[in-house]
Amino acid sequence: MDNATMQKSPTYLEEFKRKGYSRKDFLKFCTLMAAYLGLENSSVGQVVQALSNKPRLPVIWLHFQECTCCSESFIRSSHPIVADVLLDQISLDYTETLMAASGHQAEEAMKNTMTKYKGEYILCVEGSVPTAADGVYCMIGGKTSLQILEEAAEGAKAIIAWGSCASNGCVQAAKPNPTSATPIHKLVKGKPVIKVPGCPPIGEVMAGVIVHVVTFGRLPELDGLGRPKAFYSKRVHDTCYRRPYYDAGLYVESFDDENAKKGYCLYKVGCKGPSTYNACGVTKWNNGVSFPIQSGHGCFGCSEENYWDNGRIYQRASAFPGFGIESTADMVGKVALGVTAGALAAHAVMTNVRKKKLIKGLEKEGKESEKELKD
Amino acid sequence: MANGKSVHKLRRVYVWEQPVRIYHWLNALVILVLIATGFYIADPLALQSSKEASQQFTMGWVRMIHFIASYIFFFNFLFRIYWGFVGNKYANWKQFIPTSRRFFREMWQVFKMDILMLRGKEHMSVGHNAMAGFIYFFTFLAFLVQCVTGFGLYASMSTGWWFPKLFAWVPAMFGGDFFLRQVHHWTMWFFILFTVIHVYLVFYHDYVEGRGEISSMGGGWKFIEEDVFEKGMDVPNEPTKS
Repeated sequence: MDNATMQKSPTYLEEFKRKGYSRKDFLKFCTLMAAYLGLENSSVGQVVQALSNKPRLPVIWLHFQECTCCSESFIRSSHPIVADVLLDQISLDYTETLMAASGHQAEEAMKNTMTKYKGEYILCVEGSVPTAADGVYCMIGGKTSLQILEEAAEGAKAIIAWGSCASNGCVQAAKPNPTSATPIHKLVKGKPVIKVPGCPPIGEVMAGVIVHVVTFGRLPELDGLGRPKAFYSKRVHDTCYRRPYYDAGLYVESFDDENAKKGYCLYKVGCKGPSTYNACGVTKWNNGVSFPIQSGHGCFGCSEENYWDNGRIYQRASAFPGFGIESTADMVGKVALGVTAGALAAHAVMTNVRKKKLIKGLEKEGKESEKELKD
Repeated sequence: MANGKSVHKLRRVYVWEQPVRIYHWLNALVILVLIATGFYIADPLALQSSKEASQQFTMGWVRMIHFIASYIFFFNFLFRIYWGFVGNKYANWKQFIPTSRRFFREMWQVFKMDILMLRGKEHMSVGHNAMAGFIYFFTFLAFLVQCVTGFGLYASMSTGWWFPKLFAWVPAMFGGDFFLRQVHHWTMWFFILFTVIHVYLVFYHDYVEGRGEISSMGGGWKFIEEDVFEKGMDVPNEPTKS
């Protein structure tokens, strides 16, 4: 990121000052981000250093099949600098939701960034790409989503797939997926893709990913599914404040019972926290006000792949494939057990009929032996 | 079998060696424990207690028992694979994986005689019959699925040693924990159905063969007719002696 063009760009600190933030605010922001990234106290200086000296990162932010909840979440992250500076200043290069320009001007801005910062800019993608019917389901400026993505991805340093749509397709990719909504990592080859799933992802998590890239000049460490480990290595269950009730075996049986009032674990009313990797239990939402479980509703599992098709919202058990949406593995299993028991009973009867001679022979033989034995 | 003609001469054969018997019963015990605790974990009982949550650890204990049993299950399974190479011919891996035409011929014979109940020549297998051996091969696959999915789920919640971390790649392969735990739950039903059929068939074979099938997993002995030795029809995968 040290080429001549980049040096001309203002640094983050310069941008912050221009926006009217004091150095104290700036340091607070750096400390906050370092904490979210899971850095040691001593590393805060590194973040300060990077944001003071490094030129701002050029970002192109594309929107495809999505609801813009990722952007909404981002601008509501707890520290105002995230919204004011990271998004306003950085991604103003091109983002349909928040940029001032429109139409040809906007397309021009994107083209400029793509040529000026070729190989340097970060491509943020919000939403999935429909590939059915040649991509007609989502077109901007006469181009299909796939064309726009491929053009923008070519010169990108890295791609951040914001939210569940871009990471795994989310609701539009749920069965039967009429538009063939496809997540970004399946369409872009040869570029690192960071998945930041969630519907939406937590604003601080989104800011943290960008700050990590700026501070260290490389991508954060990713897990097996391509998610930053700093935020997605623990299950919601592992950091849930109701976890002691889970371990104690105390559960909400229905949403209006005494246990719900006592704040017991929501496991039995379908909480997906035990299968969901996210930072909700620690970071929470909307300036750390709350998160779903804290407000009495089980985790939805919104940051997990296929969460629309993979489970029921208010039950632990999910439908057993091929047996209808009302079925569960236990129901199918019990029927199979009954059928098996019936078949075995029939088999036992048939054994006595068909192998009568054999069994009688054994009995006769046994009786003869018995008589031969003397007391 | 010479029905009713005369009294059979039976010979005692050491079929199931002691390690196989210990494996079998240990496996049976931990599978029972795993199924019972697994059902509880999937759908815990509605406990009524006046004690504080801090005074209770019900789910914690159940999960701990499940995890301990799963370690025993896994290493017992590994031991059985090892024993498939060093144990006697009835424990050998060739009892489970077909390597000869004779294996398939015997499977067909078992199908005709024991399932369709047709009249004909009874098979004279001493250890597992070919059909049973082949079904056990699938149970071993189910063991593998349960170990991989179970330790895959466990990997991220374990904090101690390296072993469970070996399975950290599993959730990614299944696209996350949601589907993984469903597969784990579905496969459990295979174990339940298998156990029911398995226990029935042990009684069935004891009843129609009179060789001590049920007690064989206790002392290891089966009582085999003299003519089986003469015809050499004891191991499905070995060529018939002339």
